[in-house]
Amino acid sequence: MTASSAEGWGGLMAAAQAGDGGAYARLLREILPYVRAIVRRHHAAPDRVEDVVQDVLLTLHRIRHTYDPARPFTAWLGAITHRRSVDALRRKVRTDASETFSPVAYETYADPSANRDIAAHEDSAVLAEAISALPPGQRQAVELLRLKEMSLAEASAASGQSVGALKVSLHRAIRALQRTLGGKVDS
Amino acid sequence: MTDDTESLIARLTDGLQPVKRLPPPTMRAAIWLGIVALLGALFVMRFANLAMFVHRIGDPRLALELTGTLLTGILAVIAAFELSLPDRPITWSLLPAPSLVLWLGCSGFSCWRQWIVRGPAGLGKGETADCFLWIVGFGVPLAVALFVVLRRSHPLSPGPVAAMAGLGVASLAAFLLQFFHPFDVTLIDLGLHIAAVATVVILARTAAPRALTPSNF
Repeated sequence: MTASSAEGWGGLMAAAQAGDGGAYARLLREILPYVRAIVRRHHAAPDRVEDVVQDVLLTLHRIRHTYDPARPFTAWLGAITHRRSVDALRRKVRTDASETFSPVAYETYADPSANRDIAAHEDSAVLAEAISALPPGQRQAVELLRLKEMSLAEASAASGQSVGALKVSLHRAIRALQRTLGGKVDS
Repeated sequence: MTDDTESLIARLTDGLQPVKRLPPPTMRAAIWLGIVALLGALFVMRFANLAMFVHRIGDPRLALELTGTLLTGILAVIAAFELSLPDRPITWSLLPAPSLVLWLGCSGFSCWRQWIVRGPAGLGKGETADCFLWIVGFGVPLAVALFVVLRRSHPLSPGPVAAMAGLGVASLAAFLLQFFHPFDVTLIDLGLHIAAVATVVILARTAAPRALTPSNF
């Protein structure tokens, strides 16, 4: 980031506030390296970094009316990025504390009865019934993120829910499905 | 840039609508405080014994205490508006600290004087124990009115914003209380005032995540 580009960002943001979509698109593309650099201080996995970057863009979009062109744009953007990045880190810590990642869970088990259980859960009718019994927000999260395989940002834009809310809804949906199907559903 | 991010940018910028920029936080705070001052003045003129209040305010210690109370309310509300914006540092929460010290210091001095003048009786509660209900009863509706305005900023860290908002409205309620509090503060009174302010702050902080964050955020 150069000083002139940082000064220019404020002007582009002011134009975006006035409804200039071209200036806004240019601004969002130009700030990406700056945003990614801040996010990488808190997150290492590339896919997680990109999720948080997209969350930052969505947040910036929703609160773009709070930017004051008389103040430095980088301070405003940096504060938003730092805040959302730390929020994502906290959510990850909370999720990791209550979930266990197990790659072998995708494998079938030596115990025949366990395999029968898995086969039963693969029955799409059973699964569809369990998903349809979920609350609307959780059902929408499962449908968009798992069945339609949308990214978090796409699902957020399609549903109107924030990325954070979608993650929470999906987490709760998986837990509910685990309870319904006997704890054999993997997220 | 990943395809996901590029498609997100395309979606966000396609058909972009103009937005109305928020006025400066000090102006928003001044408008909110002005409306509250107007309503408070009408309430005082209708229900308070102003002659008694004018007589009591002649005491410089009470005048200082009231100045501290009012300044704490005003400065905490200004701090809440500032902190509701993403690029304001947390040090804004120190803005009402000096006036809060002045308020509590003068109240503490009043307690000490009551104890010297009246002995152990000066430590007990004053003529009424309704101070707690008054501050909470006025503080909560004021907090709701303030939250409605603060929500427009979409605060990313609602906690400190709510704490300042709670302190501000509780202090304003405590200032209003003085027009209906025709006696010096005793130790129990001071404890009730502090407990009431703390209650409003805790209620505001507890409600902050839902009350200050729009549902689609």
